[in-house]
Amino acid sequence: MESSRIPRGAGRTFHERVALVDRLGIRHMDGWIAFSALGLLACSLVTLHQASRGAIPGVPDYYMQRQALYGLVGIVAMFLISRVDYSRFRELRVGIYTFLCTSIFAVFAFGVAARGSTNSLELPFFTFQPAELGKVLLILSLAGFLIDGARRGSERQRTIRILALGFAPTGLVLLQDLGTSLVFGAITIAIMVASGVRWTHLAATGAALAVFIATVLVVMPMAGAPVLKDYQQERLTSFLAPSSDIGDAGYQQNQAKVAAGSGGTTGRGDQATQSRLGFVPERHTDFIFAVVAERYGFVGAALVLSLFALLFWRALRLMTLSKNLYGTLVAAGIAAAIMFQVFVNVGMNLGIMPITGIPLPLMSYGGSAVIATFLMVGVLQSIHIESRAGQRGLRIH
Amino acid sequence: MKFQPVIPETKRRSGTALRLAIIGGAGLVLFGILFFRLWSLQVVTGDEYLAEANDNRTREIRVRAPRGRILDREGNVLVDNRTSMALQLDPIEIPDEIPARRKIFNSIAEVMDRDLDWVRRKYRDEIKDNPPGSPVTLANDVEDDLVYYLQEHQADYPQIQINRVFVRRYPQGITAAHLLGSVGEVTADDLEATELADLQAGDTLGKAGIEQTYDIDLRGSAGTTRIQVNSTGQVKGQLASETPEPGNSLRLTLDPGVQAAGEAAVSSIGLPGGFVAMDVNSGEVLGLGSTPSFDPDLFTRPLSQSQVDALYNEDQGAPLFNRAIGGSYPVGSIFKPITALAALDGGQIAPTDTIEDNGKIVIADQDFQNAGAEPHGTVDLRRSLEVSSDIYYYLLGADMNGTNQLQKWSGDFGIGRPTGIDVPGESTGFLPSPKSVNELSEENRFVEPWVIGQNIQLAIGQGYMQASPLQMAVAYAALGNGGSVLKPHMVLQEEDAAGRILKETDPEVVRQIPIDPAYRDVIMAGLHDAAQEPEGTSYGVFGGFPIPVAGKTGTAERPPNGDQAWYAVLAPYPDPEIVVVTTIEEGGFGADTAAPVALQILSEYFDKQAKPVTDGTGSVE
Repeated sequence: MESSRIPRGAGRTFHERVALVDRLGIRHMDGWIAFSALGLLACSLVTLHQASRGAIPGVPDYYMQRQALYGLVGIVAMFLISRVDYSRFRELRVGIYTFLCTSIFAVFAFGVAARGSTNSLELPFFTFQPAELGKVLLILSLAGFLIDGARRGSERQRTIRILALGFAPTGLVLLQDLGTSLVFGAITIAIMVASGVRWTHLAATGAALAVFIATVLVVMPMAGAPVLKDYQQERLTSFLAPSSDIGDAGYQQNQAKVAAGSGGTTGRGDQATQSRLGFVPERHTDFIFAVVAERYGFVGAALVLSLFALLFWRALRLMTLSKNLYGTLVAAGIAAAIMFQVFVNVGMNLGIMPITGIPLPLMSYGGSAVIATFLMVGVLQSIHIESRAGQRGLRIH
Repeated sequence: MKFQPVIPETKRRSGTALRLAIIGGAGLVLFGILFFRLWSLQVVTGDEYLAEANDNRTREIRVRAPRGRILDREGNVLVDNRTSMALQLDPIEIPDEIPARRKIFNSIAEVMDRDLDWVRRKYRDEIKDNPPGSPVTLANDVEDDLVYYLQEHQADYPQIQINRVFVRRYPQGITAAHLLGSVGEVTADDLEATELADLQAGDTLGKAGIEQTYDIDLRGSAGTTRIQVNSTGQVKGQLASETPEPGNSLRLTLDPGVQAAGEAAVSSIGLPGGFVAMDVNSGEVLGLGSTPSFDPDLFTRPLSQSQVDALYNEDQGAPLFNRAIGGSYPVGSIFKPITALAALDGGQIAPTDTIEDNGKIVIADQDFQNAGAEPHGTVDLRRSLEVSSDIYYYLLGADMNGTNQLQKWSGDFGIGRPTGIDVPGESTGFLPSPKSVNELSEENRFVEPWVIGQNIQLAIGQGYMQASPLQMAVAYAALGNGGSVLKPHMVLQEEDAAGRILKETDPEVVRQIPIDPAYRDVIMAGLHDAAQEPEGTSYGVFGGFPIPVAGKTGTAERPPNGDQAWYAVLAPYPDPEIVVVTTIEEGGFGADTAAPVALQILSEYFDKQAKPVTDGTGSVE
C-alpha cells in the first residue's frame, strides 16, 4: 500500500497530496453538495450552541458537542459510502430490504420510548432510530426492486409490486412514528414518479391514499376505533385550529410561530426570549428552525432554506448526470426525502403544517438522523463520482 | 453484473427529463411556499409577533407600599405592619356551573380542613363587595404547613393563590381602638370614587378612624416590578422596577399615660361610657376613649357575620360605637356655665344677684325642682355652680325664653355643631330652639312643639338638647382659655419613613366668643368651689386633689334609660391647661361615676394622687 509509505503531516509533496485527494475522491465529488451539507451542519452547531447552552446541567454545550460528534461520524460515513459504487446496493437490495424490515420489527420487540413514540433501539453508547437509517435503505432497495422488476409482469403488476414493497415498511413505521412514515410514503411516491409509472396508476394511488387518510383521521375515530394515538390526533388537528388549545400542542406551535415571526428581518440575537425562556418547545430538535428564525431573522432563516434548496437542486441534477437509471431513481428518492422533510418541518415551524415530529435534516439534534442524512449525501456523492468516472473512462477505486 | 438499460436510451432520457421537471417543479413550489411564508411572517408581520413575544415573557406585578405607622405623642407605636400569608381564590378560575364549582369548593374545603358550607359562605360574603376580578381572601395567617403543601401542589389547586400581604399590627393591643380605626380591601364602590383613582382591586384602604381620615397620607404609593418569566411562569429575572413609596407615619396628640388611665378608669366602671382629655389652648386631644371597646386586630382577618353582629349589638354595648365623639346625650348640669354666660351677656342677671332656692318652683303652671327637691337657700351665681342649684337656672331659662340668647351662646360654644375633629363618626347633637324643635315636631309626633318649659330644660342641659363628650370638652376649653372655640385634632404631625417631620397641625380657632373676663372668673370660681370646697358637688372626689381644679358634675335624665352621669373639669385652676369630660351611661350621679374617672385621668396627667376627704357637707349630684 502506497499510503503506508507516506508520512503523516506537513512533509508531503504537492503530488503526494494530490494523490491522497484523488484517492479519497474529493476531486470528483460535487462541491456544492458538500458545501450545503457541511454548511447546514455548521448552522446546526451554532444554533445549538446559542440556544441550548446550559440545557443539561453540568455540561454547558451538551447538545452542540454531541451533534458535532454525530456530524463527524456522519462525515466519515459519507466519505466511506462515496467511495463505494452505489450500483452495488442494487445487487444487495434484498439484503438491504430485509435489514430494513428486521430493524423496524426489532423496535416493536426491544424499542424504547422517546417523546411519546416508541421508535428507538437502546444500543450501548447510542440510542438508534432504525427508521431514520430506514429512509436511505428504503431508497436504495426500492429503486433496486423497481429496476429489477422492470421486465417482469404487466405494468399494473409492476405498480402494485412497488406499492406493496414501499408501503409495507411505511405501514409498519406508521405504528411507531407518524412523521417518519410520511417520509417513507413520500419516498415511495417520488421513486414511482421518477421511474415512469403510468399517470393513471399514480392517480389511482393518490386517490387510494386520500381515502386512507380520510379513513384514519375522520371515519375511524368517529366509528370509535381510532387508528392514531391520541397525541398524534391532537397534533394533527391542533394545526387546523392553532389557537383553540392554548395549553398543549396548539399552544406550542403558536409559540414557535411567534418566535419565528418575532425575529423580523435581522433577528433578535441574544434578546431572543421566545427560545431562550423556553416558550419554543423542542428547541433543539423539531423546532430548531424557529430558533434560527428568531435569533437570526429572515436573513438567517433564508440562508438555511437556501442551503437546502442548493442541496435539493444538486441532487436533482444528478438524476440527469447519473450513469444509470438506478442512480437516477436513487437521486430522485433522496431529493424527495430531503425536500419533504424540509417542507413539513419548516412548515410546522412557520405554522402552516401540522406537528408531525419530522426533524429538519442536518439541523435538528439527533444522531440517527444526522448520520442517515450524511449517508444519503454520501450516496449522492457516489452517483456524482461514478458519473464523472464514466465520462472520463476512469475507475477511481 | 452489468446494468442493461430496460428502456430504450432516448425514451428513457426524455422520460427522465419530464419526471425531473415534475419533481423539480414540486420542489420549486414547496420552497417557494416556505420562502414566501417566512417573508410574510418575519418581514411583513414581524412587529406584531415581536410585541406578542415581549408580552409573553413579562408580567407586571404591583408592589404594594407598606402603610405608614401610627405613633402616640411620645413615639410609641400604636399601629404598624406585619406580613401575613393570605389564602386567596382567583374568581376567574371559579366556574359558574354549580357541579363544577361544588367540586372545586370541596377540594378547597378539604385542603383547608373546613366544611363545604364554610367555604361557600365565605366566598360568597367576600366576593360581594369585591371589585370584579380581584382575589377573594378566604383566610389570613395561613399556617406554614398549608403554605408549603399548597406550593408543592400548585398544579392541583390552580384556583388557590398564597400571597404575602401586609396586615396591620397593634403592639399596644386594644389601646385607642376606636380612634385608630381599621383598614380593609377596597370595594367596587371605592373604586368608582374619583378621589381614589390610583387604587386597584386588592389594595387596602382606611375604613374607619384615623386610618380613614388620613388614608391618603398613610397609604403611600404602590410600585411595580416587571419581571421576566419563562414558559412555565417561573421568574427568570427582573426587568425594571419602580419601588413603592411607603406611607407617611402619623404622630398622634395622644398622651399614652392619659389614654391608658382614661381607658382603665372608664372601663372599670363596668358601664358604657366615654372620656375626652384635651389641651385647652391647642385643641390637641390627649386622650379619648369609649367603652366597651374591641380588639382592632379582629379586622386584620376576614370577619364572620356573627363577629360583625357582635360588634354592633346594642345588648353588648355596641363595642364599635365611639361614645366620646359619636355619643349624643343630654348633658345635665355641666351645661350650666353656658347658661350663666348667656344670661350675664343678655343682662338677665349680674354675678352678685341672688335668688331664694326653696328646692321647688312653678313656672307657667309647671312644677320644676332641684335634684331631690333639696333647697339651697340664698344663691348667687358662684354658689349656684358650687351647689348646682337648678332653680337658679330654671329662672334664667324662663327669663331668656323668646330672646334666643341661650340658643346663640350655646351655638357659639358648639352645641348642635360638629367640632370638626379629624376622626370620622362624630355626632352633631341637638340644640333646641323654637325653630329647630318645631321643625322636628313636624317630622316626629313624639316631639312636642316649642313651649317655654323647653328653654327652662335647656338651661340645665335637659330636654331635647344633646351633645357629645367631645362637644362639651370643646365648650369647656373655650371657657378655660377665655373664649377660643378650638377645632380638636388627633394628629400632631406627619413624618416620613425616616422620621423627618413633613407637616405639623397648627391649632385652629373656629370661633372667638366675647367672654367678659370678669364673668369668666366668677364662673371659674364657682366651678372651683363645686370641686374643691366642702359644700361642692364633687368635693368628695376632688376635695383632696392637690392641684386646684374647676369641675362640674352633671346628672342628666335620659328616659327610658337611667340617669347619664357627667363630669367636666378644667385644671389647673384658674389658668387651665387641660380639660377632661367624662360620661357614663346610666351612671347615676356624676360625682359617683363620672368624676372619679376624670380624677384618675388628671392624677395621671399631673402625676399627683388625691387624698381621701370626708368633711364634705354638700349634696352629691
